[in-house]
Amino acid sequence: MGEDGPDIDGRRIAAEARDRVRFEEEALALADQVYRVARRLVGTREEAEDLVQDTYGRAFRSWRSYTPGTNLRAWLLRILTNLNLDRGRKIQRTPDMQPIEEGDYYLANKMAASQGEQVLDQDHVVEKLSQDSIVTALSSLPHDFRDTVVLVDIGEFSYADAAQILDIPIGTVMSRLHRGRRLLKAKLAEETIA
Amino acid sequence: MSHNPCDACEELLQGYLDRELNDSEVAQAESHLDDCDYCRRRYRFEVTLRQYVQTTAAERMPAGLMEKLSQLRSPDR
Repeated sequence: MGEDGPDIDGRRIAAEARDRVRFEEEALALADQVYRVARRLVGTREEAEDLVQDTYGRAFRSWRSYTPGTNLRAWLLRILTNLNLDRGRKIQRTPDMQPIEEGDYYLANKMAASQGEQVLDQDHVVEKLSQDSIVTALSSLPHDFRDTVVLVDIGEFSYADAAQILDIPIGTVMSRLHRGRRLLKAKLAEETIA
Repeated sequence: MSHNPCDACEELLQGYLDRELNDSEVAQAESHLDDCDYCRRRYRFEVTLRQYVQTTAAERMPAGLMEKLSQLRSPDR
């Protein structure tokens, strides 16, 4: 029995090394998706690259705290959003909601009005938005709203995952999403029609 | 100061858009969309806008980043 000790230890170490390698490979396979979200959470490509590198650095060091079988992408994004917060992003007051005419339909109505009746075809209304205008509008959102909209609309996370990543209640995810999307549409309307 | 009685449907439609409703809420949302032209147009607009934001705002990882991330792996592999 005394001779089994080192052998068991050796096997345990080998198993752990295999688990870690598997973890690292699974995490790296998600890098592109993680970057896409990061890119829209921060202002520049360089910041996004730094943030993703810091995230993977921390993830590789603390891989043991990940529970296999749970959502690894959400786990990585939680590290990333916390790091982003730690970086002391600028304190930005949430602006008071402007009264938005016709609620959610404001952008469509406004664009349709400026294009004439026949452009009420919504697909075409949206196609008139440039990539720049969407990127600018997203980056102009207050951080709390931007984080939520980016996680759900670009990261395609569920409300529950977004709530876990941001450490806020699901109801808060829903209201930030709602207000964030409204603000986004109002910004798009300003930029596109102004 | 609501302009439209369907402003109250926004929450339901948001959940429908995000596939976050349970079966009975889905049925409720769909039956409302069948009957309400205002909400149907608004919903179609939301779907299109969201897809458009998803595709236009998505930027691929820069070349070279994957290599940098791989270098962060534990050395003793």
